[in-house]
Amino acid sequence: MSDLSVDLGFLKLKNPILAASGTFGYGLEFEPFLDLNRLGGFVVKGLYYGPREGNPPPRLVETPSGLINAIGLQGIGVEAFIAKVLPKLQALDTAVIVNVCGASEEEYVRVVEALDAEEGIAAYEINISCPNVKKDGACPAFSPESTRAVVREVKRASRRPVIVKLSPNVTDIVEIALAAQEAGADAIALVNTFLAMAIDVETRRPKLGNVLGGLSGPAIKPIALRMVYQVASRVKVPVIGMGGIWSGADVLEFMIAGARAVQVGTANLVDPDACPRILGEVEDFCRRKGIERLEDIIATVKT
Amino acid sequence: MFKDPEARIVGKESWGDYFLLTFDSPAVSALARPGQFLMIKVSDEPYPLLRRPLGIHSRKDKTLGVFFKVAGIGTALLARKTPGETLDLLGPLGKGFSIDPCLAGKPVLAVGGGRGIAPLYFLAWELRALGASIKILYGGRTQADLPLADKLRAEGFDFACSTDDGTVGRRGLVTELMEDELKAGGGSPPALVCACGPDPMLQAVALIARDKRLPAELSLESRMGCGFGACWGCVQRIRRDGKAEWIKICEDGPVFPAESVVWEKESP
Repeated sequence: MSDLSVDLGFLKLKNPILAASGTFGYGLEFEPFLDLNRLGGFVVKGLYYGPREGNPPPRLVETPSGLINAIGLQGIGVEAFIAKVLPKLQALDTAVIVNVCGASEEEYVRVVEALDAEEGIAAYEINISCPNVKKDGACPAFSPESTRAVVREVKRASRRPVIVKLSPNVTDIVEIALAAQEAGADAIALVNTFLAMAIDVETRRPKLGNVLGGLSGPAIKPIALRMVYQVASRVKVPVIGMGGIWSGADVLEFMIAGARAVQVGTANLVDPDACPRILGEVEDFCRRKGIERLEDIIATVKT
Repeated sequence: MFKDPEARIVGKESWGDYFLLTFDSPAVSALARPGQFLMIKVSDEPYPLLRRPLGIHSRKDKTLGVFFKVAGIGTALLARKTPGETLDLLGPLGKGFSIDPCLAGKPVLAVGGGRGIAPLYFLAWELRALGASIKILYGGRTQADLPLADKLRAEGFDFACSTDDGTVGRRGLVTELMEDELKAGGGSPPALVCACGPDPMLQAVALIARDKRLPAELSLESRMGCGFGACWGCVQRIRRDGKAEWIKICEDGPVFPAESVVWEKESP
């Protein structure tokens, strides 16, 4: 039996598979389909301080091996999360990570302060990269300066480890990752979705109510993998890789490229039990290859 | 709700672009209610990526049926499946029509547009079992869009149809047929109107029901991401306690009280 646990330094995970924010609801939606305790952990849907409306429909469009979404972070807000959801998550034996959003640096801090007063949260994932809330997909992760500013404020306020989730829609992802590290990020998660678009040729209208959206799914995997490889080669903090993971082989690719853990996103929507299936495939690989500690495979790409 | 990765297909019928697949799925079948739906995987590979939401069309013993029109690559792949193969599905999902025992002995009107007849067939059988007297109105563009007409008639349902081109039934919209039906009266007005079809049809049904002060429930069609409330991809403007919000169709619907639905272009 291989040891599948991975150590992020600030957090030990029983296995490297986390379910990604925005594709896993608040976790409880998946209970009919799988045992949440089998996951390394999961990242709950992004929380602003108050409830948030989200974008007008259509919010989804399917593309070859991909999905463009423009949900717009509709959600219940941190108070309702603490009152109604968190007590149920506290009973779980898995890492619960909360994705934190904000329209301003102050709002990120307010959300973190509210959550800091509660127990049962392993870490925060700071969402500075959602492409669906501002014009042209703008977000703090677009520049090293605004990345640094948000991360610094959140780190100052938080009693918990801070994972910073980056956008792939930048010229130099390494520069942004280094800025996040310099500002105190405990880990870097990448990538969020790729800014994308689809048009109905009959009506010449955009297929999304928000015009632009974020592309996820197997279509983005090679680009996400390249970015994870580039970032993991340059930063000292642990990297959590994601982007189109659909199989155990995909997980292994990201880990060999340098990720210490991974997130499974869009696959959860298609197969609510995708995470345990993928974990089983990783286990099979380790058994077949005689790998005793999965951690030994991290950053071992032979170039 | 469950995942049934291996629901064996036991029957297949087709009429042009319309298909009916029946399959064994005992656990899902036992819980299914009219108006609920299934998320069916159409490909083992991630293209097409998403499952397809299909309303439950029928239940017999431990089998369920889905009735659909080929409208794109997903439904085209589904239409290629044959008896003996299996379907990977999630279900039963969502909230269905409110089938109250007090409907026994009372008239219920079901209004279906095109493939919107799908869940109404299951509803009709359940209401018949309950002892309600159900009348089905079934409309489409042309005769080929009403493939279930003969079956409904043969099974003894009180039934009328309409086509845009008049090839069968009343010429015009199914909602015009609905107005005729309510005008003709005869018995008491329906205790409930249930409708499924394209949005403009549902909006017209809602308007008629409002004018006649009839309780009505609409089953909305939507593209969906997950089908079980995780992605917030399918939403409809719904008015609750005087406040309009984006509500998930997959989880809180697909059936909503007609008066709660806020349409993009409001009715006069």
